[in-house]
Amino acid sequence: MAERCAVIGIGQTKHDVKRTDVSLPGLLREAVDRAFADAGVGWRDIDAVVIGKAPDMFEGTMMPELYLADALGAAGKPMLRVHTAGSVGGSTAIVAAHLIQAGIHERVLTVAYEKQSEGNAMWALTVRIPFQQAIVAGAGGYFAPLIRAYMRRSGAPEDTGVKVALKDRRNAPKNPYSHLVFPDVTYEMIEGSPMLWDPIRYMETCPSSDGACAMVLASDAAAKKAKHKPAWVHGTAMRSEPTMFAGRDLVNPRAGRDCAAELYKKAGITDPRKELDCAEVYVPFSWFEPMWMENLGFAPEGEGWKMTQEGATALDGDMPINASGGVLSSNPIGASGMIRFAEAALQVRGLAGEHQVPGAARALGHAYGGGSQFFAMWIVGSERP
Amino acid sequence: MPSRDVAIVGFAQSASVRREASRNEVEMLMPILQEAKRQAGLRGRDIGVTVSGSCDYLAGQPFAFVSALDAVGAWPPIVESHVEMDGAWALYEAWVKLQTGEADSALVYAFGKSSMGDLPEVLTIQLDPYTTAPLWPDAVSLAALQARAYLEKTGTSERDLAEVAFRSRRAAAANPKAQVRTSADAETLLATPYLVSPLRAHDCPPISDGCAAIVLACGDAVKKSAMTPVWIRGIDHRIEAHALGVRDLTTSPSTKLAGEKAGVGKGRVDLAELHAPFTHQELILREALGLGAGVDVNPSGGALAANPMMVAGLVRIGEAAARLAGGAGKRAVAHATSGPCLQQNLVCVLERD
Amino acid sequence: MSEITNIVTPIRLDYTYTAGHATQRFLLGMAEGRILGQRCPECAKVYVPPRGACPKCGVPTTDEVEVTGKGTVTTFCIVRIPSDVLSVPPPFTCAHVLLDGADLPFFALIQECDFDAVRMGMRVEAVWAPKAELAATFESIRYFRPIDEPDAPYETYKEHL
Repeated sequence: MAERCAVIGIGQTKHDVKRTDVSLPGLLREAVDRAFADAGVGWRDIDAVVIGKAPDMFEGTMMPELYLADALGAAGKPMLRVHTAGSVGGSTAIVAAHLIQAGIHERVLTVAYEKQSEGNAMWALTVRIPFQQAIVAGAGGYFAPLIRAYMRRSGAPEDTGVKVALKDRRNAPKNPYSHLVFPDVTYEMIEGSPMLWDPIRYMETCPSSDGACAMVLASDAAAKKAKHKPAWVHGTAMRSEPTMFAGRDLVNPRAGRDCAAELYKKAGITDPRKELDCAEVYVPFSWFEPMWMENLGFAPEGEGWKMTQEGATALDGDMPINASGGVLSSNPIGASGMIRFAEAALQVRGLAGEHQVPGAARALGHAYGGGSQFFAMWIVGSERP
Repeated sequence: MPSRDVAIVGFAQSASVRREASRNEVEMLMPILQEAKRQAGLRGRDIGVTVSGSCDYLAGQPFAFVSALDAVGAWPPIVESHVEMDGAWALYEAWVKLQTGEADSALVYAFGKSSMGDLPEVLTIQLDPYTTAPLWPDAVSLAALQARAYLEKTGTSERDLAEVAFRSRRAAAANPKAQVRTSADAETLLATPYLVSPLRAHDCPPISDGCAAIVLACGDAVKKSAMTPVWIRGIDHRIEAHALGVRDLTTSPSTKLAGEKAGVGKGRVDLAELHAPFTHQELILREALGLGAGVDVNPSGGALAANPMMVAGLVRIGEAAARLAGGAGKRAVAHATSGPCLQQNLVCVLERD
Repeated sequence: MSEITNIVTPIRLDYTYTAGHATQRFLLGMAEGRILGQRCPECAKVYVPPRGACPKCGVPTTDEVEVTGKGTVTTFCIVRIPSDVLSVPPPFTCAHVLLDGADLPFFALIQECDFDAVRMGMRVEAVWAPKAELAATFESIRYFRPIDEPDAPYETYKEHL
């Protein structure tokens, strides 16, 4: 039955709009090599590889794990490829953790990526199926009405989104891997940026990035031999619900609430806001921060915006959210969820550098995807559970 | 090491057809999911985890698995995951989840409608995007390269290949879900023209649309089953290098290793369901798994009789289990493959009490 | 020698998509200027367009229901960038319209009013293509426009946000 699982190595690429200096395998190797260096392991120490990414059509390579097996040293090993839409980076890490928790392997390499510059991601997202209703304006057009519904339900001040973006954009320069870095960003710059999908402004949206993230997960025994202090997995959870159904709560989806509830139960947490020290939450549009604060139970329903407005989610607040700069600063889609998981682990290992939350001992990593319908989360801690 | 005994307690599959023109994936899947759950004696809310396998490039649209979720009835929200692989690997992921103790039952399903695009061309973009895919070598041509290497090295004849096709398709006559259910004799088959030398049409799989579902259970959840439980005694999968030039295409070391890890050799094998889309691949796989002449291979007709992509591997596991449950033997081997020329392979050892 | 950073490999793949029974019924309705949905036999909710299954109950929906083109805007967004699929110049407004008698909002373009006059609760109706141009496609409904009815109270549609 369930064994302990530790994160012993973490690696990320420099995320950027076009990483033309590396091939697809080169991008992954950059992250994997860093994770190996952190863990103090090499290829022969790895028992299995679990890889995740968002749709294959982004790069125009079908089931790319087959091709990437060579570059990931997977020959002769088990290799799994996960695809759960935007939550994939998180669910990939969870599938990898299960391989350790089930007692099957000692060390598992898990890696997630997107190299959008290799293909045409906008095309891939808007493939026109003749008899389906057209998606008018990409993800922003889909999510903007949900944000408006949240504003109406909660009565949140209109500048909440601007404040979230300002906070994340101020955190980003502290993270050496960030894609978007605006060192002198101001409230006025964000507020004055063009409305794309009203109520979403340009500077309240995430970029499209090339990037990868890798982690080495290890059993109890293997964690003892790790080079640096590990992060321990205190719990994982996943939930899905259908895209559209009558009476669906799109603002505060039940799948997310149920996922968080199971997660807290596993980690022995009763008051998440108090017992967690920070969280890396999947916020592709700034308004999703207050929405997820409620969904995660950090704030009562309708009051998530207060955390933003009061500065609770800032790096020096009582619940720092996205100290790394978050998805708003780097968004290699398939990797974005895993980056959240990895950044949470960096925090509890005390290795987050300039964006370290002082003394962080327990952190939450969060990913979601589809039409706010797929959720993957984990809690990691500095203490061995 | 994993310690929970996991059983297959439900299996359903659609008939494989060349083109399912009227039903979409959700409409195809719904009756299959219901039937698998009915056999298992489990309702949707009893299922601990759901894992599916499919491929966006077959469907010709990104996130193809998302709408398929409509067939499941995912409410209240469910614990669910998806692999962009054959459903056999979805079954592996579900089995792992059961081993963690976090769930006691699992619904696994897979769907694939190869008819929507030009399958051999679609499969081309599985290849190295920089050096191989731009040359557009199609899947049949790559298999033919492997077949040529195998025939030359082993002295196997094209007649031996025709015998594999004849036996598989004759076996399929008794399988109402199969697509190609008749065959001329080997002599007649050999008189047909090459498709890509040394392969003729009968050496290649049909192009199929289909879907399938399996229910897994452990502990008390097994007791509700209407189907005789068939136990997974071992399961393992391995991948090989992708570049064809660095592989010995005449053998399948990944199948051999997975077979050893799954414990194929620990007892007598009564029957085997091998996912061999091409005739010569069945011979390579038999050898890799050490299956002698006494083993009944592909009593369902195998992938040469029906090959819905992303589904056919899962169907091998289901067919083997259903045959054991029906009394055809005590111990079986099921196998799934993915990628060009048997690049990735999964082996599962099944037993009934 | 200069560095090679990209090679271009054009990929063209042709697909023949399958609409499925439920979508076919809906599209045939569109060609006749009718809006057809389906009711779930278990939870009795009406899906427009029908999806062939009730995603919540996981059962086929076979009971056909016709609804009118009138409905309520539940929420909306103002698109200020050009759209790949609509020829309407920005800014324009897209809304979730809850059709009377349906239980799932319908995503639609709102026209015949200022883009910023659209509000939650606003009553709207479908504007169809001319009879001769009706076809088995979503585009048979050109867009929705406001109608002269009082706004629906928030309580009547808040369950659909």
